[in-house]
Amino acid sequence: MNSPGNKVADDRLKHVSFFAQLMRRPELGAVAGLVLVTAFFLIVADPVMFNLAGVINFLTPAAQLGILALGAALLMIGGEFDLSIGSMIAFAGLVFASAIVVFKIPLILAVFLTLLVAGLIGFLNAWLVQRTGLPSFIVTLAFLFMLRGLSLVGLKWATGGSTQLRGVTEALEGSASLGLFTGKAFEGLFVSLGEQGWIPKFPTGEPMITGIPVEIIWFVVLTCIATWVLLRTPLGNWIFASGGDANAAKNSGVPVRNVKIGLFVFAALCAALVAIITVLDSGSTDARRGFQKEFEAIIAAVIGGCLLTGGYGSAVGAFLGSVIFGMVMIGLTYTRIDQDWYLVFLGGMLLVAVLFNNIIRKRVTGER
Amino acid sequence: MEFNKTPLVEMRNIEKHFGNIIALSGVSFSVMAGECHCLLGDNGAGKSTFIKTMSGVHAPSAGTMLVSGKEVVLNSPREAMNNGIATVFQDLAMIPLMSVTRNFFMGREPTKGWGPFKHMDIKHANSVTMTEMHRMGIKLREPEQAVGTLSGGERQCVAIARAVFFGAKVLILDEPTSALGVRQTANVLATIDRVRKMGVGVIFITHNVRHALAVGDRFTVLNRGKTLGTARKGEITAEQLQDLMAGGQELAKLEGSLGGTV
Repeated sequence: MNSPGNKVADDRLKHVSFFAQLMRRPELGAVAGLVLVTAFFLIVADPVMFNLAGVINFLTPAAQLGILALGAALLMIGGEFDLSIGSMIAFAGLVFASAIVVFKIPLILAVFLTLLVAGLIGFLNAWLVQRTGLPSFIVTLAFLFMLRGLSLVGLKWATGGSTQLRGVTEALEGSASLGLFTGKAFEGLFVSLGEQGWIPKFPTGEPMITGIPVEIIWFVVLTCIATWVLLRTPLGNWIFASGGDANAAKNSGVPVRNVKIGLFVFAALCAALVAIITVLDSGSTDARRGFQKEFEAIIAAVIGGCLLTGGYGSAVGAFLGSVIFGMVMIGLTYTRIDQDWYLVFLGGMLLVAVLFNNIIRKRVTGER
Repeated sequence: MEFNKTPLVEMRNIEKHFGNIIALSGVSFSVMAGECHCLLGDNGAGKSTFIKTMSGVHAPSAGTMLVSGKEVVLNSPREAMNNGIATVFQDLAMIPLMSVTRNFFMGREPTKGWGPFKHMDIKHANSVTMTEMHRMGIKLREPEQAVGTLSGGERQCVAIARAVFFGAKVLILDEPTSALGVRQTANVLATIDRVRKMGVGVIFITHNVRHALAVGDRFTVLNRGKTLGTARKGEITAEQLQDLMAGGQELAKLEGSLGGTV
């Protein structure tokens, strides 16, 4: 290592090239991955995949996964895992749908109740992890099974034996504030864009896309907020510190406990939001909702540059990681490639991302 | 520093028992402003226990502690810090993956704005970090540099600069040179000298006599939980210090065969 006062070393240290700064961004891997995947589909897929309607088509599942991945990413940066967020989608879906269908609770109250229940379970996860000192991996693995099981039991109770609960759309007919969680945004804008000839129209004169699905709006807004918090607020610094070295952070006056509890609750709330959006989208909920989504969310976060050991990563990375996912999942239908290659891709991408992240981390920290 | 005769911190007959083990049996120690007081002792002499009582981690079983002449009882490291006593432990409380600035202000981030727009004043934080590191004689490439890219000596200096910036009047350094190479050690010793000249009282814990003699104004040797005495600079030689640390017996024999190399 260089030492201060050494003239030669100082000269060398004065400027950092743009490239070197780029190399230090945690999102680098995700950007590279996105470029590769886009290039691949540009070559092999039907070109309609990349017109506006096609883009919205693959951004919608990306957004549903992405909201979940944001929660997972922040939690991972804070040094913990939550494997129960996939099952949480089913459980929160049960709470939400039965509140509306069985108990006839108004939409806003049902949303509030769902978030409250999910938040409490997130808190319980966090409390158990903090209290027992067990790895969060194990504690939340237990909740992965318990929440899935509770969803099944609860659905059978709510429907009298079925594992699917229908009738949400009918029960909510005419509800105010429904537009916050389902349907499309900026419809007026798209009508006028169509009139101006900015976007393609059907022969009937109706624009081909009538708006942006609300989950994409949620996804983008949440990514912006998470990025702002991580990079520009003391809380962000505490999240990085808690994940980097909880002991050092504690000794420097960072409220590590509360930071981690907050992150568990946030991850659970993200899962609940996904549940609410998907239940309203399909008008029903079933016990298999969110199956294995916790792994996809973690993979998206890892592709986005989050280290499994914590203390490093980014929300923008998780955003890009989720977009890659959506692109591959939907993109394969635009090709002649068998859909089931998707799973192979998933595993391969994870492996490449982890190897890549390791190299990057070594560069960042200068460890050898 | 002859103008102020009241020590910044004075420990009188400190005792510390853990169950039936007597870790400290009557240690007295003081540090003045602008002075570097070296605490020497071999492994197991009680150095760590002693600095932990001074930094508020352990409460002493007996004895009194005075800060600027007033008796205090410290119940936590936080209280010690509020009294101007900062400790740089060997693990440094630093996170390699985070930037120097983020480490420097960890837990004490400067903010501006209000309400939901309250955010970290990164520009200010970066410039403070650059200035403070410069004052310690370390030229950072840039404040966003990860701490992991710094050498052990530089990290030590960041930790010292951080403690001083946040108002430490007394700085306790726990073996800051123990794992460092020659040049890095020289840097850390130079930093200790700078901090001392700013009027901070430095307590330098080490078992290396030469490092102690390089910057120390006074030397206190701890052996088996007791102070063996305090000497001023120039009153004692390296050999005498070495002998005191080893209890004065075994090393005398060893010295012959090692030719004065330890």
